[in-house]
Amino acid sequence: MSENRQSVDNDILLEVRNLKKYFPIKTALGTQKGAVKAVDDVSFSIKKGTTMGLVGESGCGKSTTGRTILRLLEKTDGEVIFNGQDVNKLSKKELRALRTKMQIIFQDPYSSLSPRLPVGEIIGEAVREHGLVPKDQLDDYVTKIMLSCGLQPYHKDRYPHEFSGGQRQRICIARAIALNPDFIVCDEPVSALDVSIQAQVINLLKDLQDERDLTYLFISHDLSVVEHISDVVGVMYLGGLVEVGTTEDIFANPLHPYTKALFSAIPMPDPEVKTDRIILEGSIPSPANPPSGCKFHTRCAQCMERCKTEVPKEIDMGNGHMVKCHLYDK
Amino acid sequence: MAKKKVEGYLSAKESRRISRENRKITNEFEKKRKRKNVPESEYTTTMKNPENVVEIDNLHTYFFTDAGTVKSVNGVSFEVPIGKTVGVVGESGCGKSVTSLSIMQLVQRPQGQCVDGEIRLNLGDGKAYNIVNTPNEKMQGIRGNYVSMIFQEPMTSLNPVFRIGDQVDEVIALHNPDMSKEDVKARTIEMLELVGIANSEGVYKMFPHELSGGMRQRIVIAMGLACNPKLIIADEPTTALDVTIQAQILDLLRDLKDKINSSIMLITHDLGVIAEMADYVVVMYAGRVVEKGTANEIFKDPRHPYTIGLMNSKPVVGKQVDRLYSIPGKVPNPIDMPNYCYFKDRCEMCVAGCEGAYPEMVKVSDTHYVSCYRHYEDAVKEEK
Repeated sequence: MSENRQSVDNDILLEVRNLKKYFPIKTALGTQKGAVKAVDDVSFSIKKGTTMGLVGESGCGKSTTGRTILRLLEKTDGEVIFNGQDVNKLSKKELRALRTKMQIIFQDPYSSLSPRLPVGEIIGEAVREHGLVPKDQLDDYVTKIMLSCGLQPYHKDRYPHEFSGGQRQRICIARAIALNPDFIVCDEPVSALDVSIQAQVINLLKDLQDERDLTYLFISHDLSVVEHISDVVGVMYLGGLVEVGTTEDIFANPLHPYTKALFSAIPMPDPEVKTDRIILEGSIPSPANPPSGCKFHTRCAQCMERCKTEVPKEIDMGNGHMVKCHLYDK
Repeated sequence: MAKKKVEGYLSAKESRRISRENRKITNEFEKKRKRKNVPESEYTTTMKNPENVVEIDNLHTYFFTDAGTVKSVNGVSFEVPIGKTVGVVGESGCGKSVTSLSIMQLVQRPQGQCVDGEIRLNLGDGKAYNIVNTPNEKMQGIRGNYVSMIFQEPMTSLNPVFRIGDQVDEVIALHNPDMSKEDVKARTIEMLELVGIANSEGVYKMFPHELSGGMRQRIVIAMGLACNPKLIIADEPTTALDVTIQAQILDLLRDLKDKINSSIMLITHDLGVIAEMADYVVVMYAGRVVEKGTANEIFKDPRHPYTIGLMNSKPVVGKQVDRLYSIPGKVPNPIDMPNYCYFKDRCEMCVAGCEGAYPEMVKVSDTHYVSCYRHYEDAVKEEK
């Protein structure tokens, strides 16, 4: 994750370098008096055909990262390199062409579907707009996509309100898949769903990945889901990545105190397991005025004197396992 | 009543007919409920076991909608022992929230009515009320003092235009009319401190929007516990919260339960939370209890195919599976429930007996009951 690495590696589909997104805070008269540092210097890369999980508390900037990558929000600083192109330098026309390659599935399937469009139109609209398939084949194409997402062709003329949460999420997935993208940002796609429906949607996402060689950025606060679906996991705290590594490494050997606390908070569905829980005091500090030094030092049990002033650097623990903590800085 | 809903739409005429019939039924219930000066003997009852704080016995809560009658709670029975935590699990729409609202008598009326069954609430000193028959005026004294509820959404269960202090004060003042204003405030501050709010004097003057989700949930808990209720109903108290905050809140609930010596009825769809908190577990499906037992029995030895499916469909940290199990099909239409086992159409373990009527509860052990034909036959064999 060093700065001078080039994306010469053909395997890498998406590379994010020092991405920053600040939201200005304005006074009543319109002068800027500060900024909410939602994403503050985030760098990572995702290999083609793999899934990167992004976990963290609400308000830590996971969703903003996903949206800034897709340029749904304009970045403040940094680079997003997708397939060798810097997404932020593209003209409107080029960006429009790229939109078919990068898609997003939103968290709430109730508010992300237009209530006035029938399902067939929701799925087919973008395909027609981008002219991906000839007009006379559009109907068959939509049918094919719907079948692959577990929807029935007769659902085409129905409206979103006639569907349950799980089925709506399938419609959202079908809408994203229809453009034949390479990369999908899944922004908490299962957190609004029941456990049994959750399993169906996760299985569907996995099947589609195998079928179409998709790359996912999977944003979630449910660690068990992230462990199940991801190859690489990034842990975010207050706008920054504190630890990145392969799923096995991170879950077997969490290094950062925040990651440890986060993992120990997961309730296990087994009444006999009693975990030694690390309970974090208080809540996440305001991103408009983050603590100095290591951002986690206000809640950290292993806080040292230097943590309060010095910003920790990335430390490579081998096998791509990166951690930002002074504890490992020897 | 309305069998036509299954496919297509109801005609306007049909819908009017149903709505007329519904009104007749609900008016009757409402009349009974609004009576003044009901003799206490009509709703006093005795607990089957004085060790229980609440006993739900064959409860039926129906919603009389214009499309037909929705049997949200259809013969639910379980009990909550004093000082214990009972977890209720199930999918959304399985009737877990309606069960809890029935205990509070907060079901949306007049459409929603408890049409049958008993909810026996232990008031202490050998006194018990049957909530189903308790008139409105009496219920106010029971809510808050004996039973209180913590709702799912801390964002929407606080009033955005009143200060935190005023909202907690209101609860205390209402239930203790003889307390002075200063005493009420002192009690509020004490409650805020009890739920772990550090800056209690400051928070007293704040508005809900100034607090984070975890803090708001603490306030809601403080309001719920302000009058030391005997039973706390927590309806998905942590679903809207992060894991780290969830851990804080669960810890708090567990502590407080012991401090004020009450029982918790915990409603959630997160099996992890249940395993951690609950002593007893009740699994609900489509308005009925399909399995109940101690936490150990349910998690170590689940018997009902639905419980087994639910366990398998949850990804568990540290347990790698290639593919998650997902229960096929979906919940049957609540307006037109089948007359056989509700889970039969989704079940992968059907036996010959499943063709018959809805299975009765079968005893597996003294505390473990399941309603499934697979065990029905075993139990019958054992008896012979």
